[in-house]
Amino acid sequence: MSLTTNRLCERVLFCVTAVSALSVLAIFAFLLWFAVPVFRGEALGSLLSWHWRPLRGEFGILPMLTGSLCLAVSSMLLAYPLALGLCCFVHGAGAARAARPLLAVVRFMTSVPTVVYGLVSVFLLVPIIRSAFSGSGFSWLAAGMTLAVLIIPTLVLLIDSQFRQVQESIGQTAAALGFTPVQQLLRLTLPLSRRGLGMAATLGFGRAIGDTLIPLMLAGNAARPPQSLLDPLRTLTSHIALVVATDSQSLVYSSLFACGVFLFLVSLLINLGNQALRGRRVSDD
Amino acid sequence: MTRPPRLEEKVVRGFSWAAALAVPAIVGILLGFLLWRGVPGLSLSLFFGDTPPLDAMLRSAPVFDGLWPACQGTLSLVILAMGLAVPLGIASGIYLAEYATGRLRRVLSFCVDLLAGIPSILMGLFGFALILLLRKTVAPVANTGLLLSALCLALLVLPYLISTTRLAVQGLPHALRLTGASLGFSHGQVVARILLPAAMHGIFCGVILAIGRAAEDTAVILLTGVVANAGAPSSLTGKYEALPFHIYYLAAEYQTPAQLTQAFAAALVLLGLTGLMFAMARCLHARLDKKWKTGTSH
Repeated sequence: MSLTTNRLCERVLFCVTAVSALSVLAIFAFLLWFAVPVFRGEALGSLLSWHWRPLRGEFGILPMLTGSLCLAVSSMLLAYPLALGLCCFVHGAGAARAARPLLAVVRFMTSVPTVVYGLVSVFLLVPIIRSAFSGSGFSWLAAGMTLAVLIIPTLVLLIDSQFRQVQESIGQTAAALGFTPVQQLLRLTLPLSRRGLGMAATLGFGRAIGDTLIPLMLAGNAARPPQSLLDPLRTLTSHIALVVATDSQSLVYSSLFACGVFLFLVSLLINLGNQALRGRRVSDD
Repeated sequence: MTRPPRLEEKVVRGFSWAAALAVPAIVGILLGFLLWRGVPGLSLSLFFGDTPPLDAMLRSAPVFDGLWPACQGTLSLVILAMGLAVPLGIASGIYLAEYATGRLRRVLSFCVDLLAGIPSILMGLFGFALILLLRKTVAPVANTGLLLSALCLALLVLPYLISTTRLAVQGLPHALRLTGASLGFSHGQVVARILLPAAMHGIFCGVILAIGRAAEDTAVILLTGVVANAGAPSSLTGKYEALPFHIYYLAAEYQTPAQLTQAFAAALVLLGLTGLMFAMARCLHARLDKKWKTGTSH
């Protein structure tokens, strides 16, 4: 290989990488461009209202915004302690022999298709909720519980790799000082993992707010903010999926792209936050 | 001298035991329920309905009431999406691992991370916007279809492919690079003749996981052209069926108990498929770890 072919290869690889990296900007540009009509004039006021009545020209997305936040926060509240507890079990608080099979189960969970979680919940969890309480069963509660199961593996694998990293660097010292595994976990690993725990929380939240299928199948999709856990709700993601399938008015579409812009900005914020956390950790070392 | 464990230690221990029991229990219930409802529906007629299987497979006889068209749709979707994403992903991964430096590298990897974090429905919305644009400009009759879905799915799996390739190349022992340099190889030669073949297993792992991801995603195809009763995919721009959408559709719109059983059986098939991909990737991964840890390659 001569020097010029080397150069050429590098150029080609650079162009390809630029295409991959720019695709994310292309997505944002498209969303923004198609959302523009609704950001102008009085349409903006109707976008930021509590009523979704497209036939009357009201395109309020606030109920969906509330729905997305409620669902993502509640499923995180459910999933995060479970994931953290599971990681504590693996790293000292539980039986050491069970650690590997337990992590294998969690890894397997990552390969289960979302639609399978949704299907099982529709025919197992929803009837239970329906008979235990009242109403249809398609509710915030059903979607939140299923979404929690969906994000547990993401959280566990992130927290586990963080714990592993910390324990590799301090494990022998701590053992030499006479810490028991549980003490090491509580006094050293957990405090030292604060940033990693924060990153896991933000990434898990991003996964929870971005999921479409679980709320679409389980949350009942009523376009109003939920009053209780048993109320139906509609998220931004399932709103997009529902409306694309049924409507064809141009301002309706624009309001969907506004939802898209919002979701994009959420993931941008999450990534910037993680970048900051990661950067600080590197400079600490 | 040991003191009795403090209360908080007991609490942590108890809670972590509870979590460690709850999660496998959830998985067990999920699998058990799926098997209980799905296994009775597993048979040849699940795939082909009343059409003779060989006719359907070889002479493309139409299949009504079976999963075969959905399987064909998912298969063509995955092949197309991988055809688009794999070359792009591997090349970008190599560039990020071996060539990019400094600020450029940080910016490019930030974009890739961002792409990985975007909700999949936005890829679908992007595809939908693309069609709206085409309709307004060059092609007034443009509509959603197989190729568009494949493009959006390719965007979805691209960041996975890039980061697995990058990690596979960066994770190779430094000695390999030194060997290449000491033999008088140029950087390009080291990459092409030494690093890439050595990282092949790891890259392949990423490809398999990406296939599983592309096969199971529903949100993207929901907006870009999947329909319930399209039959076998006929052209690149035509509508098509897909397994995950079929399950979603039946769960919402089933009319008879038989259709519901079909949905559960289809879910088992899909889970088997993604589970197989996952097991293959884990197998490769385990072999890989062993190879570089013992320092002997063969």
